[in-house]
Amino acid sequence: MQPTSVRSTLIKIALLAVVDAIAVFAATVLFFQENWIVLGVLAVGTVIVNWVYLSPGLLPGKYLTPGLIFLAIFQVFVIVYTLFIAFTNYGDGHNSDKEDAIAAVVLQNTVRVEGSPAYRVTVVEGFEGLGLLATAPDGEVLVGSAEQPLAPLDPSAVTLNDDVAVAAEGWTALALDQLLQRQREIADLQVPFSDDLDDGFLRTTDARLGYQFQSTFVYDEAADTMTDTVNGVVYQDLGNGQFETTDGEVLGTGWQIFVGFDNFLKPFQEQRYGSALLGVLVWTFAFAILSVALCFVLGLFLAITFNDARMRSRKIYRIVMILPYAFPSFLAALVWLGLYNTQFGFINEVLFGSADIPWLSDPWLAKLSVLIVNVWLGFPYMFLVCLGALQSIPEELTEAATVDGANGWQVFQRIKFPLLLVSTAPLLIASFAFNFNNFNTIYLLTGGGPRILGVSENVGHTDLLITLVYKTAFEAGTGREYGLASALAIIIFIIIATISTIAFRQTKALEELN
Amino acid sequence: MKHSSLMKIAGVGALALTLAACAGGGTPAPAESSAAAPEGGGNLVIWMDENRAEALEGVIGTFEEETGTTVEIVIKEFGSIRDDLTTQAASGEGPDVVVGAHDWIGKLVQNGVVAPIELGDAAADFQEVSIQAMTYEGAVYGVPASVENIALVRNTALAPDAPASWDDMIANGQAAVAAGTAQFPVLVGIDPNNSDPYHLFPLQASFGGPLFGQNDDGSYNADDLQIGNEGNVQFAQALAEWGAADIINENISGDIAKEQFAAGASPYTITGPWNLATFQEAGIDYAISEIPAPGDLPATPFVGVQGFMLSAFAPNPIVATQFLTEYVASEEAQTAIYEGGQRAPALTAAFEAAQSNEDVAAFGEVGANGVPMPNIPAMDAVWGDWGTTEIQIITGQGDPATLWTDMAAKIQATIGG
Repeated sequence: MQPTSVRSTLIKIALLAVVDAIAVFAATVLFFQENWIVLGVLAVGTVIVNWVYLSPGLLPGKYLTPGLIFLAIFQVFVIVYTLFIAFTNYGDGHNSDKEDAIAAVVLQNTVRVEGSPAYRVTVVEGFEGLGLLATAPDGEVLVGSAEQPLAPLDPSAVTLNDDVAVAAEGWTALALDQLLQRQREIADLQVPFSDDLDDGFLRTTDARLGYQFQSTFVYDEAADTMTDTVNGVVYQDLGNGQFETTDGEVLGTGWQIFVGFDNFLKPFQEQRYGSALLGVLVWTFAFAILSVALCFVLGLFLAITFNDARMRSRKIYRIVMILPYAFPSFLAALVWLGLYNTQFGFINEVLFGSADIPWLSDPWLAKLSVLIVNVWLGFPYMFLVCLGALQSIPEELTEAATVDGANGWQVFQRIKFPLLLVSTAPLLIASFAFNFNNFNTIYLLTGGGPRILGVSENVGHTDLLITLVYKTAFEAGTGREYGLASALAIIIFIIIATISTIAFRQTKALEELN
Repeated sequence: MKHSSLMKIAGVGALALTLAACAGGGTPAPAESSAAAPEGGGNLVIWMDENRAEALEGVIGTFEEETGTTVEIVIKEFGSIRDDLTTQAASGEGPDVVVGAHDWIGKLVQNGVVAPIELGDAAADFQEVSIQAMTYEGAVYGVPASVENIALVRNTALAPDAPASWDDMIANGQAAVAAGTAQFPVLVGIDPNNSDPYHLFPLQASFGGPLFGQNDDGSYNADDLQIGNEGNVQFAQALAEWGAADIINENISGDIAKEQFAAGASPYTITGPWNLATFQEAGIDYAISEIPAPGDLPATPFVGVQGFMLSAFAPNPIVATQFLTEYVASEEAQTAIYEGGQRAPALTAAFEAAQSNEDVAAFGEVGANGVPMPNIPAMDAVWGDWGTTEIQIITGQGDPATLWTDMAAKIQATIGG
């Protein structure tokens, strides 16, 4: 083995130093955030990287490490995180942790006492922490802190500026920069009016004006309950990620909890959903298979045509062929939506002489319409693939077959097509998987519609599983349900993975044929 | 082995980039480092859309100058602000202030990401409907900035006078179609799959068909679903008739309605101020008036209010509140936002000053009688079914009353359970 040059060793050390420097910086940030898990992963990762590149052997490791790290971040992490979410109730109303939810409920129910005056306040600091120096509209000056209720001050102990108390004996007014640094503390500061909690407290949100507030919800830490002080209703944590009463009354803001397999079971438990799901599943398969088949047949036909040396100006035609492929699919879907319009669309107006064909509102025509658009979007890809594959088949094979007396069709059927399939079959499977989840085309063109009548769930004739999942998780019911969406996505993944595995096995058999 | 050492170098380089990406996705420096903030000034992070960012440049400049605060504006697409705030605020990396629509508030409160704002006596300086819109469960969540609603826009060349009633309007429109001066009696843009409950709501309201009951303070009561009541069913019947008579046509999308009206193809359209620029460019002489009521009650449109809201996790709540209550609520800022977007300002003083613009005055007059779009989270359960049911009725896919009551029952089931 030839010794590595000094220069490349130096470059290696420099780059490794950069990696380590960034890792140390990230670790510091994570340390202050007290994010121990990520910090641990980062530390282990950095140690491994240094070990791999500093030790003399481990050549495969040196090649693979960057790729493996990318894989871990962009694939493994995403999958693990999706799985994690699928087992929680994460979604609208269950957005953060319990601590945040409690704070939110209390904050939302902290209201200004009706008709109470506005106090001019100065934020001051005393022995027991932050306090508020308040000037009432009638000129009375009060001071207090979180522990010490507001009490009037002797006017002689107060410094006034334009009738507003700005300083008092025993208290230091906060300078602007201190004020700015302690904003959260000031916003959270509640100075009670008296020892009786019902009298409310003085609070300021802009450090200039203070108002008398009252909290109508009180959290009892010992009992873990939330009490509505207006009507005395007690809300408990019954393990459902929210505060609720025993008779089913719930508070809007809840928190994230683990719900086990609930999300996975939901489509099977709700009957009204199950029946709709079956129809959608069949159409999803039909859509994916037909899209791939039609695209492939059309693409192959055009590829053969434009591969023929007798065809003139092939290049120009080829460029025209590729155009739909260059169009973003969501834009194309919107353009087609316009073309399909029953009354104003180009298709009815021009092609069918102002006919009244309901392209998108008749169940069968809508299915046909989305297929047409999808084939239009997808055939250029198949055309490109087939063109490449055809050109890679040696001409000698055709010549040899012709010499043996085979005609054009026989050459294609017996020789070219099987060879072509070997290289395109994996792409067909990938294309199937893509179309199985072809959200853009369906959602933008028909939105899944027209809706199936007589089904209470919002399911349409052209809905694919993925658009149905989107509707169920994000559009129906009570808002966004990320947990449910993740679980349904995993179910779809399992379906596609199964089909792809079987299909790939079959492809192997195809290879052995040749 | 020259090749392999090059590969190693490339590998380490790629790693450096990866780690840099991770670190970049990380967080702002730890709290301790905020001591390094410029003396005498705080930082404020605001998420808003491009229109308003441009309009507010002056006001923000003044604020920065007077308080020594550094304001960082993050431009986002308006629609994505709600979701981004919901998912990012709790991490502490979110903004201090966002610009949003009032009907997001219920959802944002449910997720605990917005904080109430005490406007104090300043609340009286705003149009009542705008404060009502920003109020949820008794607390005001934000400073309202602009108010928008739909109204009847008519082509004065085809219809010189405002129609006295809905029937009057339809008769005029149909006469114009018969005479060949127009193609459509009236244009209401709807989506062929989901209809457009927002544009059709004034008509529904005139039959006495609210969505939810209202509490004493004007807020909506999610427990009192009204969408299945008698007036609403009457509306469903009327909608079926209009659909059959092509007065409401499922093929006319919002864009087509705008285009056709700009081409002078109809004397009337129901639309908002956002389309006026197109009509002006097309040289249409238009006038704005209230939507004629097909039912017994006035046809009140939904009023949408956009405002500045305070994040519940704002790192700088004091500066943010000062900015909201003293600068955004100022006449100068409200006028600037109005001039940037042509939507009526929420502050009464600015609104009155904007009366010199006839369009704003006319839309504002219609909006003053409108009802705020419900901001309760239960609306999520309403929109989808509401729209698809309307389109089924318009295209005559069943008995309107049955379709409508089925829809109401389904929405009730979703909300209740």
